[in-house]
Amino acid sequence: MFRPVVRLSTSGVRSLTRTRPCYSAPLASRCYSHAKVETDEEFDARWVTYFSKPDIDAWELKKGMNTLIGYDLVPEPKILDSALRACRRLNDLASAIRILEAVKDKSGPHKDIYPYLIQELQPTLIELGISTPEDLGMDIL
Amino acid sequence: MLATRALSLVGKRAISTSICVRGEHGVAKVDDYALPAYFDRRENPLPDVQFVTELSAVQKSLKEKEKGSWATLSNEEKIALYRISFKQSFAEMNEGTKEWKSVIAGMFFFIGMTGLVVLWQRKFVYGPVPPTFESEWKEKEVQRMLDMRINPVEGFSAKWDYENKEWKK
Repeated sequence: MFRPVVRLSTSGVRSLTRTRPCYSAPLASRCYSHAKVETDEEFDARWVTYFSKPDIDAWELKKGMNTLIGYDLVPEPKILDSALRACRRLNDLASAIRILEAVKDKSGPHKDIYPYLIQELQPTLIELGISTPEDLGMDIL
Repeated sequence: MLATRALSLVGKRAISTSICVRGEHGVAKVDDYALPAYFDRRENPLPDVQFVTELSAVQKSLKEKEKGSWATLSNEEKIALYRISFKQSFAEMNEGTKEWKSVIAGMFFFIGMTGLVVLWQRKFVYGPVPPTFESEWKEKEVQRMLDMRINPVEGFSAKWDYENKEWKK
């Protein structure tokens, strides 16, 4: 292990004061990230807030939805509820149906997730007048 | 980039090959391939643009109706709205092709061709097999091996019944 070379600068010797726990105690500490892990509730709340923006625009809806589908999870009903309401604000029924199709596809082999989501979203679907892909016969060829 | 973002907000690719002026630096033609494209992908459920860019009068009126309550829309209208925005549904997108039949057929064909080549080779390329493969030679060979008591404990000669001069049952 070599010590970093001290560079004398006008701002003083600040480089050495930054601790590097990995190198100081070779066997005692591990090189894990010190970042704070977001809890599930924080994640959900963040996304609900994202879609709840009153003046959300179409691009933000698409970007949010595509990003959310990119994660390794099926979104909670409350996030989807927020997204569907965003579709309503944007007068976009097609995207609302597409979102339902996407989460069903996202569930993969776990066939019990989608019925649960629909069951939880039923009040919202009735309120906004969104038909599920099954109602429209779009889930079959 | 702002121009394309504005175009996606509008939701249609109104300009396909028009000129756009950037600052004072002259004109740049925006080609079709440089604009946001539509594609059906599982991992990208909401593409950057609508599928149908030029709406007919019926579709335009339907879009106006969409601004009202969705409960008043019939199923056909909802499907029509979906088809304006999207080309294929998830079910259609994920449908398998019949390509595997062509693949298997191709495999069998080429294996068959290879078989024909092998048969031709045996007839026209290879010379005769050595005399040691003839059945008369083989009989004498086996007799010699038995006389020499090859592997008499568990192997070859162990299976021969020397009293009755036949293979053990």
